[in-house]
Order: sequence, then structure tokens, then C-alpha cells
Amino acid sequence: MERFGASFLIAGVLTFLLGFFLQGIMPVMTLSDVPIETLESIAQNPTPDFHQLAADYPVEFERDFGQVGPESFAAALDLGRDLYIAEACWHCHSQFVRPVSNEDVRFGPVSTAEEYQNEMNLPHLFGTRRVGPDLIREAGKHSNDWQMAHLYDPRSVAPYSIMPGYVWYFDDDKRPLREALALVAYVQWLGSWETKSE
Amino acid sequence: MNETAATTAPVGRLVNMDLLRWHLGASAVFLAISLIGGLAYSFQFHNLYPFEGVELLSPGRVRMVHTNMAAYGFIANAFIAGMLFAIPRLTRQPILSDNLGWFIFWAWQLFMTLTILGILGGYGQAIEWGETPIFVDPLILVGLVLLVVNLSVPIFKSAETGLYVSLWYFLAAFGWTGLVYFMGNYLPQFWVPGTAGAAITGLFIHDLVGLFVTPIGWGLMYFFVPMILRKPIWSHALSLIGFWGIAFFYPMQGVHHFLFSPIPMYAQYGAVVATIAIEAVVLTVLVNFFATLHGRGDAIRGNLAIRWFYTGMVMYGLTCLQCAFQVTLTFQKIIHFTDWVVGHAHMVMFGVFGFWIFGFFIELWPRAVGRTWAHPRLLTAHYWLTFSGLALMVVDLTAGGLVQGYLWANLAPWAEALEASAPFWWTRSLAGLIIISGQVLFLYELWATARGPVETSDFAAVGEVA
Repeated sequence: MERFGASFLIAGVLTFLLGFFLQGIMPVMTLSDVPIETLESIAQNPTPDFHQLAADYPVEFERDFGQVGPESFAAALDLGRDLYIAEACWHCHSQFVRPVSNEDVRFGPVSTAEEYQNEMNLPHLFGTRRVGPDLIREAGKHSNDWQMAHLYDPRSVAPYSIMPGYVWYFDDDKRPLREALALVAYVQWLGSWETKSE
Repeated sequence: MNETAATTAPVGRLVNMDLLRWHLGASAVFLAISLIGGLAYSFQFHNLYPFEGVELLSPGRVRMVHTNMAAYGFIANAFIAGMLFAIPRLTRQPILSDNLGWFIFWAWQLFMTLTILGILGGYGQAIEWGETPIFVDPLILVGLVLLVVNLSVPIFKSAETGLYVSLWYFLAAFGWTGLVYFMGNYLPQFWVPGTAGAAITGLFIHDLVGLFVTPIGWGLMYFFVPMILRKPIWSHALSLIGFWGIAFFYPMQGVHHFLFSPIPMYAQYGAVVATIAIEAVVLTVLVNFFATLHGRGDAIRGNLAIRWFYTGMVMYGLTCLQCAFQVTLTFQKIIHFTDWVVGHAHMVMFGVFGFWIFGFFIELWPRAVGRTWAHPRLLTAHYWLTFSGLALMVVDLTAGGLVQGYLWANLAPWAEALEASAPFWWTRSLAGLIIISGQVLFLYELWATARGPVETSDFAAVGEVA
């Protein structure tokens, strides 16, 4: 009797492992020859938008991140990604462009596996729903100012938007706090590694 | 009615009705929390979010509370209650320990509270259906292991010569649930980044429904349907095919959540084929249950629990049929990222498992509080409001998803797709309100029944509706 009961438990574990191998381990193995880039390495070259952010908000940037450099860029990306997760931005904005349905025309080049092989994608933020547009090619599409205004009150720059405003990342004078700077730095980083086509 | 006497007599000693009652009550509380969250979130789509500007009730965070409380608060608590009833009756053994049962109960509700507070506080995890904060994950794993120990010991101690099909499902699910939870919440978070991590979270999204909710749900169906209809399940052979088919095909479909993503195509094709294959298996299960109902079709009208169960099964058939189409690359081009998928999720989690849970309530709540239903008419109204609200929501979101998908593919400006979606989103909010109005009646009826004056110990006809 006991052995018979255990067989269902064991069968469950075995079928799970089979599925896990086919759908989990094998994709991991396929990608195992692409090294996982560290945040430190990503942040070596701050994006032009990050330099611009320091120029756009000199007082706040100095206060929250100091000087533009690998360290401040790493800190901003790390915090920006964490806030992107905390607010569940990824539930309404996907981060991959598919090779179908004219998505490359709308958003930019189709996503490749290598692009996500880094610590910023622990966990990945592919998303499964697009209430708002995909963001993986967002870098440079709008100015930092636009992003900042949009974060505070989306409808001030995109009248049709249904995105909530994240006013708690700004002070009483509507100046960005550390969080708002980090979120804009993160969003402007997404896809910055791609060469933009004209 | 000798049968009734024989089956009810030992229950009082075997089943811990107090524990069962508290789990059902907790399930109802988290259902209410989940629904309020869902409704509030849907009003963000009209720019009429009720808690606008409140950081701790930011719409994205509330959305995660909505889904997590549906899965781990509402469904898990009710399933635990169902198993607390079914397992002792099937094995003629009590659970391992009542004290452990109470410990698990309070621990689980504490974890749910921590999950809500953690998510609202900004500590949600970016794992779909696993947004429980990282610091809650190990607690939930320990809770799951304790639960498995408490519920599997009676199965192993049982002197029955063969295990009934319900217990196969429970045992398999006991093995699966902890593994799935660990895999989904830890690997993509700490070790497997990016595209390969997406393959694993896809597997988690799928396995959570497929290897935790589905097997326990069907296991309870195999128990409650024959119990209420007072006839055995139609075919033991089909039960076998259904179980092994689900056990084999279900775990290898995860990547179908990320088709056309950079995940290697062999994994995508494999997931598509396995998903289509399982629909054949699902058909055998449905045939078995409808053949069991044959000759007792009157129970659909006369017994509310049976009505909930079979409505859920029809929904199950529909979602699975939908799955076989929507996992194809042809459909994915249009429907992925749209409200179609949201409609599908609601049909599965609420239309199937939520409806089955209402059936469990119909059977178990009167036993748990020792009273018959106070106002059976309210329960009928609850059925029709919930059913029509959910049906409206699913049809609405499916249609809305197609509109969004085609507008996007045709390169319509983003604003145009939003404008076109507005009526569908209003209909969704309306459907949500209809569902919630039903649940208000239901919660009131739970309360009124528990407070009712009439005490009874005869629950043979508790699901009968006038």
C-alpha cells in the first residue's frame, strides 16, 4: 500500500523533472555560451541620456547621485529597475519585440536572446501584457524632460494615456526625487545598446 | 437512506470541522480582498482610479494583490478545506495532527497578510503569479511542506487496498507544488537571467495552474461529484488516462507563454505541441464526468453544488479548447499581449476553479457551521450574478483583445487602440460589478447561515435548491 501511494508522488516528481528539463534546462544550456554580463560592466559607459539627465537636473542629480560615472550609473540602474518592479510597470509594459505583427516597425529591432543575458534581467522583465507600449527600445525616443513629465502626470504629455502618475517620486515643487531620476535613467537605458535606425 | 447514515456517522470523528470552517472563512475573506483590488485596478483604465496619488495603493501594486490573493488566499484556502474533508473520508484516517493543522492555518494567513503588506510596500517580486515578496517565499515553502506532511500521512496510513483517483491527484500535486514554487520563485530571481529565465517563469506561470490548482481541483471533483450524485464515476479507465495524460503533458508547456520571444524555437514548438496534445486528454476527463452525470441531469437544476461543478467543467472545456488554438503561432501574432489573455486567465482561475470552490462551499459550509443554508434563494441569485458577470467579462475581454491585436498589427497609432478599447474596459468594469454584487449576497449568506437559529446534523440535501 505505501509503495503504491509513493508511486504517484514519485511519478509527479519525475514528470515535473522531464518538463523542467525540456522547457527549462535545455533553453538554459542553449544560452550557456553567452556570458552573463554584470551590472558593473554594463555601467562602465553611462548612456548619453544619463549625461543629459545630470545636465537637466543638476541640483537633484548632484544631491542624489553625485557625478556621472560608472558608480552613479550602476546605482541609478539598480534602483530604477527595482522601482520598475515595485510598481509592477512590467505588468503593463512588455520588454521584447517580436518578429511578427509589424512590431519591428512600431518599436524597433526584433529582440535577441543575448540582449537579456545580464544581471539587470535577474529576473527578466519580458512581461505578458501591453496596456502601454513595449519599452525595450525606449532609449532616446523621448527626452528626459518628457519622461519626467510623463512619470509625474502622463496625460500632460500624452493626453490619451491611462497610466497612473507617480507623484510620490517628486517633491512638493514637482522636482524629481532620487527615485524619479533612477526610473528615467533606467527607462532611457532600455535599448540604448541598439544602434538606432533613422 | 442507510447510505447517508453510514457515510455521515464517522465524519464527525474523522474530519476536523473547526479547522475546515476557518479555512473556508479565510478563503471568503481573501476572495473579497482580491475582488476589491481587481475592481479598483479596472477603474485605472478609465482614469478614475479611486486611490489616485496614494503610493501604497498604487494600481500596479494593487493588481499584484488581486492575482496573488486569488491564487494563494482564495483558492489555496478553499482547496485545503476541501482536502481536509475529502482525505479523511477517503482514507478513514484523520490528518496527522490537528495542532499542526491549526499551526498551518494561522501561518498561512500570516503569510498572506505579509504578502499583501509586502507588495503594497513595494517589495513585489517580478515573477508573474509569484509576486509574493522574496522574504515570504521561504515561509510559504515551509508551509507547503508542513501541509503536505499533514495531509499525506493519512493517505500512506490508509488500509484501503487501492487508492481512489482523487488521492492520485493529491499525491502528485503534493510532489509538484513545492518544486514548482521553488523553481519559479528562485531560479529566475537569483541564478538564471534573461531569456532562459523567461523560459522558467513561463514554466512557473503554467505549472502553478497546471500542477497545483488543476490536480487538486480535479481530485476534489472526483470526490465530490460521485458523493453528491450517489453514483460512482463512469469509467475507471478514463480516470487513469486523464491522470497520466495530465501528469505527462502538463509540465512541458511553459514556454507557450512567451511565443515569438528570443527563447529557442525548439522549446516554443515543443510547448505548442504538448499544449495541443493535452486537450485530447482533457476531453477524456470531461467525457468521464458528463457520462457520470448521465441519467442524473436533473441534478444540474436541483443541486446547486452540482450546478457549480458542471458549469466550471464546461468553462474548463472552453478554456482548453481556446488553449489549443491560442497557443498556435498564428493566433499568437494577434492575441498575445492583449486582453484576450486576461479574459482567458479569468475564465480559468475564476470560471473554473472559483466556481468549483463555490460548489465546495455549498456542500461544506452548512456542515462546518452545523446549520442548513439560511436563504437558498440568495445562493441561486449568487450563482446567476456570478455566472453572468464572468461570462460577460470573458466574452468582452476576448473581443477586446482581438480589436487591440489587429489595431496593433495594422500599425494604428497607440492612442487609437486605447480609444477602441475603452468600451470593452467599461464593460469589464460593469462585469466586475455584477460579479461583486453576487459575492456580497454570498458573503452575507455565509454570515447569516453561521448565525442561523436552526441547528441540524442532516446534510444529505444541503445543495438542493427549491
